[in-house]
Amino acid sequence: MPRKLILCRCEDVTAADIQHAVASGFEALEEVKRYTGFGTGPCQGKECLRAVALAIAAASGRSPDSIQPFTTRPPVVPTTLEILAGRRPSSAAAAEPAEPKPATSEIDAGRHGRSHGR
Amino acid sequence: MGLAIAYNLAQLGLTRVVVLEASYIASGASGRNGGGLRQQWSTEMNIRLMQESIEICSHFAQRMRINVWMRRGGYLFLIRTAATLAQIELNIALQNRCDVPTRLIEPDDARAIVPELEVAGLVAASYNPTDAVVFPWPFLWGYARAATALGVVIHSATPVTGIERSGSSDFVVQTPRGQITAGRIINAAGAWSPQVARTVGLHLPNWPARHEILSTEPLKPFLKPMVSVLESGLYFSQSLRGELVGGITMPEPEPETETETETKTKTKTAPSHHPPQIELGSRLAFLRAMAAGMTEIMPRLGHVKVVRQWAGPYDMTPDGNPIVGEAPGVPGFFLCCGFMGHGFMMAPVVARYYALHLTGQQTHPFLHQWRLARFAEGDVERENMIIG
Repeated sequence: MPRKLILCRCEDVTAADIQHAVASGFEALEEVKRYTGFGTGPCQGKECLRAVALAIAAASGRSPDSIQPFTTRPPVVPTTLEILAGRRPSSAAAAEPAEPKPATSEIDAGRHGRSHGR
Repeated sequence: MGLAIAYNLAQLGLTRVVVLEASYIASGASGRNGGGLRQQWSTEMNIRLMQESIEICSHFAQRMRINVWMRRGGYLFLIRTAATLAQIELNIALQNRCDVPTRLIEPDDARAIVPELEVAGLVAASYNPTDAVVFPWPFLWGYARAATALGVVIHSATPVTGIERSGSSDFVVQTPRGQITAGRIINAAGAWSPQVARTVGLHLPNWPARHEILSTEPLKPFLKPMVSVLESGLYFSQSLRGELVGGITMPEPEPETETETETKTKTKTAPSHHPPQIELGSRLAFLRAMAAGMTEIMPRLGHVKVVRQWAGPYDMTPDGNPIVGEAPGVPGFFLCCGFMGHGFMMAPVVARYYALHLTGQQTHPFLHQWRLARFAEGDVERENMIIG
């Protein structure tokens, strides 16, 4: 195994971090989330949850299907305060097309882009 | 709170201590709060206790060998109305008498501390540079690890389902994982404490209230103090991880009345193994209110993204002060609850004096002032600095 295998890219949590958490007595996914910070970044566990659950299973000798996922927290994707507040994005307002865009593009902008903000 | 008391008891030589956690460590309010530590209160008891608590917290990392991400950036309370200003002036005078260096400042001075602030509509601000924020979770691991090293046994996923008295006047505590005999019990279950108390036939006047909170994506460090608007209950700070973390007061339904509660659990040994009826769901209405509040007071935050919201229970009492001490009529059953959303910041100092009291060494005045009997006796002093 590589010396530094990153399982959670948002928070730089490595396989060794998970092994350390399990060795310290934190075996529930909720506990490992809090102890290592995995799953608390922009992806909120969408990329790393499975990898971490398998790492916990391997480190603790438990069956993977005995590991409960942690509570999913809203919002589904990172969302700007101005959208949540119902304020029209200031700098993007002029650049927006006059016709309403499909809902999916707003979600995409909220997740990936700076198109709504500065 | 329970972990902190267990640690302090063990430090004083009382090592036959068991902590029962219904879920996992940090699943309750101590793992759900905003990590604020402040000395700006309206009663001398709270001011002096929090002075000492912050002193304990400032040595916690070295003593417990764990990083608690403590940052002493102060608290900046923004004031919009003359009525609030009048109350805050009284609070500041009291805080200054206790040697807390809080000062009343003009809106423009507030902007000198936080240049991103929109100060239109503000009449003044209350600023104490010695208040602080921390990352709550490591405090719990620090207490848990140190307590365990001293001989304390911590059982996670072990809810209390019943408490009985055995012939020798010891308590027998029932859990799904077996029973434990104890000479004394401390009910430090926070918002869940009324349920635990009912298992010994004790009615407590505190009730749970959901408070929601959110975290943004991490930003470069820019915000020094915790910022709070007193009239709306808005508060947010920047953690050392870079995220903005905060909440706002939301209208909540009235607590269920005492009579309803009583009829549901009339019998003295009513089991409490049903999941607690404490609402911890997240609402879009909170995100909207919080986003509106944050962008109003700091318009430049509009493009900052929220990554997560959650909720925790405030443990509310009729006068805004905690409930501590031995329960009247139930010798050996001690209370340490009703901390109104401030149990996390108060735990370091409250637990220290609680342990000194239980080991018969010293009884701090709060153990008398915050006794349960004060409600029946009418001897109450209201705390008005309940935020969030």
